[in-house]
Amino acid sequence: MTELLELRGVSLAFGGLTVLDGLDLVVNEGEIVSVIGPNGAGKTTLFNLATGIYEPDRGDILLDGESIVGLAPHTIASRGIARTFQTIRLFLNMTVKENVMAATYGHTKMGPLRSVLRTPAARREEREVNALAEERLGFFGQRLMGYRWDQPAYSLSYANRRRLEIARATATNPRILLLDEPAAGMNPSETHEITGLIEQLRSEGGYTILVIEHDMHVVEGISDRVVALDHGVKIAEGTFDEVATSPRVVEAYLGTKAASTK
Amino acid sequence: MAQIPRDEQGPSGQPRIGTDDWVASVEERRAARTGLSGRLLDRWERVPLWAPLLAVVAFGAVFPYLTDSDYVLRVGFNALVFALLALGLNIVVGYAGLLDLGYIAFFGFGAYAYAILSSNKFDLHLPTLAALPIVIAASALLGLLLGLPSRRVTGDYLAIVTLFFAQIFVTFTTNANRIVPPWSDEPIDLTGGPNGISGLDPFSLFGVDAIEVSSYFYIALVLVTLGMLGLYILSESRTGRAWKAVREDPLAAEAMTIPVNRLKLLAFAFGAATAGLTGSLFAAQQIGVFPQNFELPLLITIYAMVILGGAGSIPGVVIGAITITVVLEVLRGPADARVLFYAAIALGLAIGIRPWRRLAALLVGTLALGLVLNVLVGAIWPRATARGAAEGEGFVGSLVEAWVLTPTEPGDIGNVAFVVLIAAVLGLTLLRGTWRLVALAPTLYLAAFVWENRLIFQPSVTRLLILGALLVVLMNARPQGLLGTTRVEIT
Repeated sequence: MTELLELRGVSLAFGGLTVLDGLDLVVNEGEIVSVIGPNGAGKTTLFNLATGIYEPDRGDILLDGESIVGLAPHTIASRGIARTFQTIRLFLNMTVKENVMAATYGHTKMGPLRSVLRTPAARREEREVNALAEERLGFFGQRLMGYRWDQPAYSLSYANRRRLEIARATATNPRILLLDEPAAGMNPSETHEITGLIEQLRSEGGYTILVIEHDMHVVEGISDRVVALDHGVKIAEGTFDEVATSPRVVEAYLGTKAASTK
Repeated sequence: MAQIPRDEQGPSGQPRIGTDDWVASVEERRAARTGLSGRLLDRWERVPLWAPLLAVVAFGAVFPYLTDSDYVLRVGFNALVFALLALGLNIVVGYAGLLDLGYIAFFGFGAYAYAILSSNKFDLHLPTLAALPIVIAASALLGLLLGLPSRRVTGDYLAIVTLFFAQIFVTFTTNANRIVPPWSDEPIDLTGGPNGISGLDPFSLFGVDAIEVSSYFYIALVLVTLGMLGLYILSESRTGRAWKAVREDPLAAEAMTIPVNRLKLLAFAFGAATAGLTGSLFAAQQIGVFPQNFELPLLITIYAMVILGGAGSIPGVVIGAITITVVLEVLRGPADARVLFYAAIALGLAIGIRPWRRLAALLVGTLALGLVLNVLVGAIWPRATARGAAEGEGFVGSLVEAWVLTPTEPGDIGNVAFVVLIAAVLGLTLLRGTWRLVALAPTLYLAAFVWENRLIFQPSVTRLLILGALLVVLMNARPQGLLGTTRVEIT
């Protein structure tokens, strides 16, 4: 197995507040890794570091063996790291299909001049982008198909917005998908569906997946490996069962008293 | 949740694909559109995209043959110049969502650049087809420079920074007639200072000089047509989608491989290039450029056009530009302005008051109020009706004369009535239902009184006042602009 994404001793502080402290993390190609931890543990910060929104104070972040520290977020995205957001961030006033098409920017080429002149190359690319968007939306069965293509994104239900965000992320042709709480706010049947979907993203899409999730049923269902964070430090790593029974994890979630009575 | 009809349900009671409450509610909204405006809206949605463009071009092409007045033609030309400016601003504001208040400076820059390249000022006299590309490229470059702060400064703050640039431009052109270069003591006159530059070469395309207003009108028409077409294609292209993504959520756009800063600069450059080209056209037609052509009121006018038409809508901003240019011209003459004034009130009432029985009652009531008041006051105090309506010609004039009190010395009464009218309008917003309708009749009468006895004497002030009032009312009724689509900001 090759290491696709690797964090080496990454630290970040906001002023005096240390958010991540010397974190080491490896995601291998084809793996599904879950990150768990209480609120404020540094999980989303980890995503923001990996996508270039923040730069680490210390340490290095490698994608496929090459450092991506200091690169612009859009460059990192083009190199193959795509993400979704904990608070869904769609292009609300664009149509469903446009949302997905916009995300192909990094691997398409037409500048404004060729687009306006509608050269054969521009028209071909436009057709390809259309087809790609339809294919990526088709991943979710009928939920984002047909008439929904031309609806504005704000008209979608909450669950469909989460799906659209995943479709948009896959349109960047990523190698690794970072999903920030994909099951948050979903009802039990939708949560169940998400679990199958993440597995399907790997088997059919071929993506490596790093996921932050609070719902332990989802974490148990999908993870090859689980990493637990607390106060910016990795407190446990291993299979779901190993991590779930780790005293430090129980302590982080429930407090010292609960951990000692166990 | 909307009820899904039984026959639209698929097997096992699940709604069929393509039939859910969103679709159901669209049909409901469509069904809810009744009356004239509803039917017009329905029609409008079924018009294919090329139809309005073709209509505008066809009308534009025959327009110079419909009139032999140079004045009317110049108004038409101005409308097209503003349409071009609005199209350019639509890229920056409507697509990329950048509040660029320095836009007017690019218009001025293009005008001055053309003036310097093609006039006696420095005896350059470049041919038009050589000067224009230089102007466009230089404007785009200046746009890039002004766009630089937009990488870090956003929203209202960007507006302030760019507004500063617009102000600098006017100050610079007014004072750049005595620049002392470091290598000599002889001051250089670059812009002609407050006197501007005059005696510009006319546009000369393919060996033909554009002298007549109609020539410039056709050039502008071609540019507007190309601009609309180009912008439409662009908005559905890779770049256009990226611009809209930047407008919607810069952080998400960046995370989706879109180089946000580069696209912001690109939008600035495109807007600036459009404005620069328009500036050259404007300068060539005017045969001169002056600093006062590019002051803030013009910027506000262009923004009003984009907002009125609906930011982001291509036909919208063009219609906005034409409407505001024409309205401002019509309001110059008291007689035309009066027709517009009453027509706007009538239209506002027709749109705002339902059902039509209440509207009829209101109109009859207001008319009766005026006529009775006129007879009564006329009997007690004849001077109050003595003057007769100013410019009292035509049907509207004679009707107004019998209806509105027109005292011989309106000065002070007019001022007092104006203040009372403002108070009455504000008070009206506090009333509801029938009371509002009852209070509306005297308020309308008061408005007519103020118009006939105060506003009509000062058309130059009145026209801005009326335009402002029209905009306030229109934007209240349709915040997204005439042809704009409603945007949501909440998640």
